Amino acid sequence: MELKDKLVSSFFAFEDHLEDASPIHDIRNEAIKTFEQKGFPTKKEEAWKYTSLNSVLKHDYSLFPKTENAIEYKDIKPYLIHDIDSYKIIFIDGKYSSHLSQTTHDGIDVCLMSAALAKPKYRLVIENYFNKAATKDSLPSLNTAFSSEGAYIHIPKNKLVEKPIQIVHFSTGNEAALMLQPRNLIVVDENSHVQIIERHQSLTDNPVLTNSVTEIFANKRAIADYYKIQNDNQNASLIDNTFIKQKQESHVSVHTFSFGGKLTRNNLNFYQNGERIDSTLKGITIIGDKQHVDHNTLVHHIEPNCESHQDYKGIFGDSATGVFNGQVVVEKEAQKTNAYQSNNNILVSDKATINSKPQLEIFADDVKCSHGCTIGQLDESAMFYMRSRGIPEKEARALLMYAFSNNVLNSVKIPEIKQRITKLIAKKLGVNIGFDL
Amino acid sequence: MLKIDNLHASVEDKAILKGINLEVKAGEVHAIMGPNGSGKSTLASVIAGREDYEVEEGEIILEGENIDELAAEERAHKGIFLSFQYPVEIPGVSVTNFMKTAINETRKAKGLEEMPANEMLKLIREKSELLEIDRKFLSRSLNEGFSGGEKKRNEIFQMAMLEPKLAILDETDSGLDIDALRIVANGVNKLKSKDNAVIVITHYQRLLDYIVPDYVHVLHNGRIVKSGPKELAHELEEKGYDWIKEEVGA
Ligand SMILES: Nc1ncnc2c1ncn2[C@@H]1O[C@H](COP(=O)(O)OP(=O)(O)OP(=O)(O)O)[C@@H](O)[C@H]1O
Ligand SMILES: [Mg+2]
Repeated sequence: MELKDKLVSSFFAFEDHLEDASPIHDIRNEAIKTFEQKGFPTKKEEAWKYTSLNSVLKHDYSLFPKTENAIEYKDIKPYLIHDIDSYKIIFIDGKYSSHLSQTTHDGIDVCLMSAALAKPKYRLVIENYFNKAATKDSLPSLNTAFSSEGAYIHIPKNKLVEKPIQIVHFSTGNEAALMLQPRNLIVVDENSHVQIIERHQSLTDNPVLTNSVTEIFANKRAIADYYKIQNDNQNASLIDNTFIKQKQESHVSVHTFSFGGKLTRNNLNFYQNGERIDSTLKGITIIGDKQHVDHNTLVHHIEPNCESHQDYKGIFGDSATGVFNGQVVVEKEAQKTNAYQSNNNILVSDKATINSKPQLEIFADDVKCSHGCTIGQLDESAMFYMRSRGIPEKEARALLMYAFSNNVLNSVKIPEIKQRITKLIAKKLGVNIGFDL
Repeated sequence: MLKIDNLHASVEDKAILKGINLEVKAGEVHAIMGPNGSGKSTLASVIAGREDYEVEEGEIILEGENIDELAAEERAHKGIFLSFQYPVEIPGVSVTNFMKTAINETRKAKGLEEMPANEMLKLIREKSELLEIDRKFLSRSLNEGFSGGEKKRNEIFQMAMLEPKLAILDETDSGLDIDALRIVANGVNKLKSKDNAVIVITHYQRLLDYIVPDYVHVLHNGRIVKSGPKELAHELEEKGYDWIKEEVGA
């Protein structure tokens, strides 16, 4: 059976079991209809021109995995930023793992979507925010239809959450092939600040397809810093759909580090609803083999005096393929917008490709918008210079690549994340050098 | 130390070096002079192992070993150092980190442990003082936005850090003011010993007043057409190259 048919036909049995408030049932029912009608996106759609899902849709995925597993902290520790004190929301094969997690209700809610959907005390927040930022595109709709578990984070106003929150989804390989659809909701109220780290990690080489949706609401003067670490195994694919709604004077940053996985598609959407908003979208992509990473970003400037900063660096080796599709929309009312976008790429092999496409739609006249895209090779004279000082070819290459991408790390506020990313880059480039720390 | 025998090299099928013979013994300083485009930098790059240059004929022997097949980094590990005529800017890599990596990779190649951090710091301090380089400078991106003179001084700082057996200084004097020239020359002289050697490529006598050569060679059209004692440099500075070109019938 085709994956689409399997999803649609298993929906009703799945939905029947859930004891959520009725509005959510309606939303799910609407969503499955939308998905059924639209189906999985194909290359015929402009936004999917360079990314084909065919190779990841062909597996016979389990949609509702068995729950038993014997994962211990030592199994997952390498994938956590473990040298900092943090809250942790850990999922194993889509199911919450209480013994591996550290959640809280002490002044802030760092807990589970399943609880938030079911319990009356969260009803108001759910009614106000759930599915209010996600679009009606087919993949977010599919996620909405099956949304039952994920992270629920609500930071009431004037809270500075000192410990970062790690949301990590593990898959164990208990299933021959597994499809996951995590659903996260993050609401940051006035003047509050939160830092979140998200990762999807399979512990074996069994195929995994994750179609995740994260909705983030940053209210007045809120600050949210979000870090996505994508370094999954060779048969794991991720479609990340993130929707961010910002109110006035809020600052939200999303850093996406893509070093692994089979196919990764990041749909990252920012909607600015207020003045003096700041949105930051940054990424480092370093891939090889036949890996594919597609960054599809949107920044929607709706009101005056706002800023957005996009900076994506990509390094593509072997037969890897990359896509950057950066859409910036500046509405007529959004005067004095300052929108900056840059996408720089290095192709390390003849067979690697990158498709970079900026899309600026500017309807206001008093704005500063800049965009730049470069595709190049490593500087050969720099290579000779470094090698002539005794730095071997591989290390010289790595140092140049690191230097090429490391300004993206300047805006990372947690030093341990910076260190971890630096180590991952060294590992990805196959060298054992300290770079600049 | 270094013996070059009938070296022919080309780039993109264009012959540039057309039979170079040169022998440099430990403890010696050789100066190479010659008109623009005669092949001086090419010779330096070929010795250092730049891959875009094709060695068509001849050989380069370092301490009895043919190094033709060695990669640039392997030559560096054997003690060859090239101070570039045009040092390359490397944004995002600090001088300090670059030097740490270069030294530790060289040690690794020799089967040694990494240099302990405090020792490294001490070495950096010592050598930057020798070349009167401000410490703040060392945390900047390598050569990026450095003035011409700063780049050259930084090259010699790197040389001092790496303590090569054979240093080739390609127009290290250009871009240096009088004070910097003295500091740089002093740095080179401090490193000189009976066990190492220096090849100085220059157009001007003034550097040779400080780093006194044992031999002066004139490179013209890919060949060494004249060699002589240090006085030859004076003669060249006074009379230019035309008389030599006439002598060799070019
Ligand atoms: N990569 C290259 N591609 C094509 N031609 C080259 C290349 N490198 C050097 N050449 C040519 O080789 C010749 C010798 O150049 P080289 O730089 O060695 O001269 P030089 O003696 O160092 O000159 P100068 O005194 O100006 O520094 C020149 O004609 C130059 O144009
Ligand atoms: Mg030259």
